[in-house]
Amino acid sequence: MAGEKGPGETGETGPKHQSKGDIRDDELEHRRRRLEAALAERRTGGIEGEGKAKTGSLSGYGQAFKLSSEFIAAIAVGVGIGWAIDHFAGTSPWGLVVFLLLGFCSGVLNVLRSAGMVAGFEQNGRKPGSKD
Amino acid sequence: MNVAADKVDPIHQFHLNEIFPLEIGGYDLAFTNSSLFMVVTVVVAGAFFYFSTSGRALVPSRWQSSAEILYEFTASMLKDAAGSHGMKFFPFVFTVFMFVLTANLLGLFPYFFTITSHIIVTFALAMLVIGIVVVYGLYKHGFGFFKLFVPSGVPMVLLPLVVGIEVISFLSRPISLSVRLFANMLAGHITLKVFAGFVVSLSAMGAVGVAGAVLPLAMAVAITALELLVAALQAYVFAILTCMYLADAVHPGH
Repeated sequence: MAGEKGPGETGETGPKHQSKGDIRDDELEHRRRRLEAALAERRTGGIEGEGKAKTGSLSGYGQAFKLSSEFIAAIAVGVGIGWAIDHFAGTSPWGLVVFLLLGFCSGVLNVLRSAGMVAGFEQNGRKPGSKD
Repeated sequence: MNVAADKVDPIHQFHLNEIFPLEIGGYDLAFTNSSLFMVVTVVVAGAFFYFSTSGRALVPSRWQSSAEILYEFTASMLKDAAGSHGMKFFPFVFTVFMFVLTANLLGLFPYFFTITSHIIVTFALAMLVIGIVVVYGLYKHGFGFFKLFVPSGVPMVLLPLVVGIEVISFLSRPISLSVRLFANMLAGHITLKVFAGFVVSLSAMGAVGVAGAVLPLAMAVAITALELLVAALQAYVFAILTCMYLADAVHPGH
């Protein structure tokens, strides 16, 4: 037992130390990788959910505000354009009627866009509306 | 002026007072308290960066690292939204972000004037953003910029309708951008003032009133914290939307 243990111990101290070092390096590497993965996950989660989390803490107030301002702004612009066309072309009331309806359409489009349900202005693969 | 009424009038804080009048060519260019606070905002933001970066230590001090955090935050926000081509707009975005953030935060001090609670200020900022988007987009892409308004895969019959809707949607951007910042600041400051006014008028009613005034006082404290969040959040929203609109100018429709 003792004879076995002696050489076993002396024989293994070198490699054991080394392997311990390896294990430690491996362990560190492993931990580092886990930390990076966790950070990356948290970061993407943070970026994607940032607006949501923050507006969530304002209990939807920010979200409601955002959507309503998008909707009303589009209608206001539609009315403005329609009124201006009527004013300069003398087509009253048709410009106002047409552009008010168009304004409603783009208001709905704006709301859907900022809610992330419709692709943005650009047609490439960028995530629509996820950033505001 | 009735001083007691001013104390509880929640709108009074938004009054523009001329500090010294100035009239050039028939235009009223008086230096008002709004102008004063714009100058203060610029000076505070400028001084913050001047002094926090004057040390330039390898191991940053607290001030320096807060300036670095703001810088890197804005840089990564712009890079995420507009890519590395968008980085040429970094000075502009950073200036707008710092101006709005500083103005919002300064507005939280009692007796300070909140410049972003006036729609003309926020609208001017939003028009500046949209103006840069349009001018740079036209300069860089010529008529290709108008591809922004023509979604791909739309039948020819529907095209005029869709383009009209897209144009209105584009034009509504500066309005929604400015209204959002303005209305958040206005509503927050009015709410704060109303609750603070309750404290004043309740505590004038004797011992019971003073005991009752604790509730609106607690509310005012809580709303102040909320307003701090809103001030930072709205500056962030303004900056990130600026970045997204600039992204449209850098790469329209491809």
